[in-house]
Amino acid sequence: MLMFIVRRIVAGIVLLFVSTSATFLLLYLGSGDIARNILGQQATQEAIEAKQVELGLDRPLLTQYVDWLGKAVTGDLGASWFTSQPVTEGIMARTWVTLSLVLGATVLTAVISVALGVWAAVRHGWVDKLVQVVSVLGFAVPNFLIAVALVIVFAINMQVFQPTGYTPFSESPSGWIATVTLPIIALTIGGIAAVAAQVRGSVMDALRRDYVRTLRSRGLPFNRVVFKHVLRNAAGPALAVLAVQFIGLFGGAIIVERVFAIPGLSDIGVTSTAQGDMPMVMGFVVVSVVLVVVVNLIIDLMQGWLNPKVRLS
Amino acid sequence: MTEPTPLVAPGSPLEAGPALAARSQRVSLFGRLLKHPVGLGSLIVLVLVALSAIFAPLLTQHDPNFASVGDVLGPPTDGHPLGFDGSGRDVLSRLLYAGRFSLAGALLATVVAALIGVITGLIAGYYHGWFDTVSDWLAGLLMALPGIVILLAARAVIGPSMWWAMTIFGLLLSPAYYRLVYAAVTAVRNELYVDAAKVAGLTDARIIGRHILTVVRAPVIIQSAMIMGIAIAIQAGLEFLGLGDLTVPTWGNMLNDGFPNIYTNLSLVLWPTAAITVTSIALTMLANTMRDLLERSGGRRRRRKATTRPPDREKVEILTHPDDERTRRLTGDVLLEVRDLSIGYDQSDKTVKTVVHDVSLTVRRGEVHGLIGESGSGKTQTAFAVLGLLPDGGHVTGGSIAFEGQEIAHASDNEMSKLRGIKMAYIPQEPMSNLDPAFTIGSQLVEPMMVTRQISKREATQKALDLLARVGIPNPKRTFAAYPHQVSGGMAQRVLIAGAVSCEPDLLIADEPTTALDVTVQAEVLDLLRSLEDEFHMAVILVTHNFGVVADICDRVSVMRDGRIVETGPARSIFYAPRHEYTKALLADILEEDHARGPLVTGTPGPEQRIGSS
Repeated sequence: MLMFIVRRIVAGIVLLFVSTSATFLLLYLGSGDIARNILGQQATQEAIEAKQVELGLDRPLLTQYVDWLGKAVTGDLGASWFTSQPVTEGIMARTWVTLSLVLGATVLTAVISVALGVWAAVRHGWVDKLVQVVSVLGFAVPNFLIAVALVIVFAINMQVFQPTGYTPFSESPSGWIATVTLPIIALTIGGIAAVAAQVRGSVMDALRRDYVRTLRSRGLPFNRVVFKHVLRNAAGPALAVLAVQFIGLFGGAIIVERVFAIPGLSDIGVTSTAQGDMPMVMGFVVVSVVLVVVVNLIIDLMQGWLNPKVRLS
Repeated sequence: MTEPTPLVAPGSPLEAGPALAARSQRVSLFGRLLKHPVGLGSLIVLVLVALSAIFAPLLTQHDPNFASVGDVLGPPTDGHPLGFDGSGRDVLSRLLYAGRFSLAGALLATVVAALIGVITGLIAGYYHGWFDTVSDWLAGLLMALPGIVILLAARAVIGPSMWWAMTIFGLLLSPAYYRLVYAAVTAVRNELYVDAAKVAGLTDARIIGRHILTVVRAPVIIQSAMIMGIAIAIQAGLEFLGLGDLTVPTWGNMLNDGFPNIYTNLSLVLWPTAAITVTSIALTMLANTMRDLLERSGGRRRRRKATTRPPDREKVEILTHPDDERTRRLTGDVLLEVRDLSIGYDQSDKTVKTVVHDVSLTVRRGEVHGLIGESGSGKTQTAFAVLGLLPDGGHVTGGSIAFEGQEIAHASDNEMSKLRGIKMAYIPQEPMSNLDPAFTIGSQLVEPMMVTRQISKREATQKALDLLARVGIPNPKRTFAAYPHQVSGGMAQRVLIAGAVSCEPDLLIADEPTTALDVTVQAEVLDLLRSLEDEFHMAVILVTHNFGVVADICDRVSVMRDGRIVETGPARSIFYAPRHEYTKALLADILEEDHARGPLVTGTPGPEQRIGSS
């Protein structure tokens, strides 16, 4: 098990290193005109050159990279070229906002998908049809359009929820719930589409296994076999889809936040890319990849716990 | 019959998989698509969307980018049926022209993804080697990155070009094709016809073009419909964020323009939303329908094979042998009385297919009753019906099953739970698949005992360890703590026997308990069954196709064929004086088989050697 964990952690670090390095090199190759963008079109040639020296852009690319990497390892991601705000400070607060949306949606997706998927697999009938329809719709309709639809229906027509804005949990828990409910629902529908269909499929598959009959022949009630044995065996493939969905939900959150004007990572990501604020863009990429790596690691550990063959080999 | 059919999990676009690739149905796929209502509807919608985009200049006279300041957010007028947007541009002309750019962008992403994915997938799958390792790793890397983040970062470098964004997105999506093609190619590259082509001296390029591309074509088309839907969505998303090229009209740009005006003019958002939604849903439905059609064609073939059995006959006379000395000594109470039992399976066309007809059996306490016949003769189905564990769709369609005088043919799961694991027990055929791989062997023995006997975990553990020792497992503690994949098949079968007798059952149903085991273990397991039978004075139904086992252990035998009992009587009598032609053929067959195999089996009985299972 220890070797398994170590291997997964090393793989995660390699992924983080490769993807951020590639992004850095590409971004900084294209950062030629940035000093002029920062200072404006009227700036003199001297001022622009001075700015480039100040930002360290006059140095060879490799030196810039080693410098960035050296600091990044210690947790220093530099400062914004436009606002001089430290990147970590600007990103951290927003990360929690985005993460609360994504984690909320992930948990909700998992719970609803398991309930719907198991029900559809065991009972068939209308729930089965519903899951199939939801999976086509949820797959086909982009989640930001679902978000727009939710805004129109609940916030504008029915005025049930606040259409836009964000209240931190620490300020007012009820205000927080009022502002995150619609975004989380918008994200969850797409997630359920994929995960519920997978749960349905793998539960149906597990139900056909011989050991289900054998366990029932020993006197275990059907429901107990389903919830203890079938679900545990079906959880592996479902978790794998959930991991892919997490990446999708994270991307979806970036757009959905925009619909609801929630000050999460989206704000930083969009503003800094439009401006060409490289340190901020890098910080955005680093945080995103770290999140993905951490979530994948957690899912891998759960897979190991679920599947003794993985754990013991 | 007990083998689970592999399931192609729906939902994920990556699941089309080699199962589909293995049978290429391309010739008639398009034709059948046109006959399928959902497929035809999706196709019509897509063609209409494409035509309206292509012929946009004919459908509207207005320039999609011409802004008239006086008409900002203006209502519909003559010649402008959908009104004006936030910059005073004609909404209808923008919607039509946007189709051109949105569809072209999505097409670009799809083509890039398909080109990269299919080519790398073909090379990696056909040649393997270092290219395989590297590309697999890269595919994993690309799939692990959140696409939108990469596109945002790319936007910082290359600026707001929709074409570049879609090219990069195509690269990000290429693993979807890569994985699909790789799986398909790996599945066929070792097929005989590919080997034959190699031997015939065809070049690799021709083999790939001729034999392998045809196999992956259908799954790639399905995948493309999915990918195109995803590309339309992500493109709209990027532009909605305001990161698109504002000079080209696209559905995403229209959303970006309309959203700030959502309170004043909702329709500005509704039109592009409808366009994106309708196109995406049509693409997804098209892909799903194609996949269903491909899968069903495989299923139909399977079903046809299953129905080529001899037609059902009316009541057939059962040849009954008189009791002999051995069976006359069986004077225990009647435990199980099966009368005229019929079992049917629901078919997809609402009919019921009967697989067991009018089977009658009487089993007394202390009797071992063999059910013998070829696979598919209905013997296992009869056993499952007694346990109340028929597979999905199967049910008793006629007759009765009485256990200790109680009618159980239609008993609920709840009622059966009071018999199973308490008075009835079951030993399955295939040891490995009958143990839950996710739990230790011990916990699978302990859990049912705690439920059925209401004893403590410690008591159940002690009892389980005793049972493991009783069935001849050398180190019970170690096996108790082991997972199923850590023990051998023979050990697993002993564990299953221990589980079955853990409740000291009155009736034990053993379904080919030795078939999957190698020869030396078979004899040991039969010995064990015999001694357990003596010890607990159970009634046993032994399902088998092996006359050797019958002669060894059974008191009475019923021979089954095509779901009916054709001959029944004392084992010895049937063994030495079979009367039904089928029984004779079965006996001759098996004797012949044993004769042919004899020297092989007794020569070097390797521990992993297995004889054929039914």
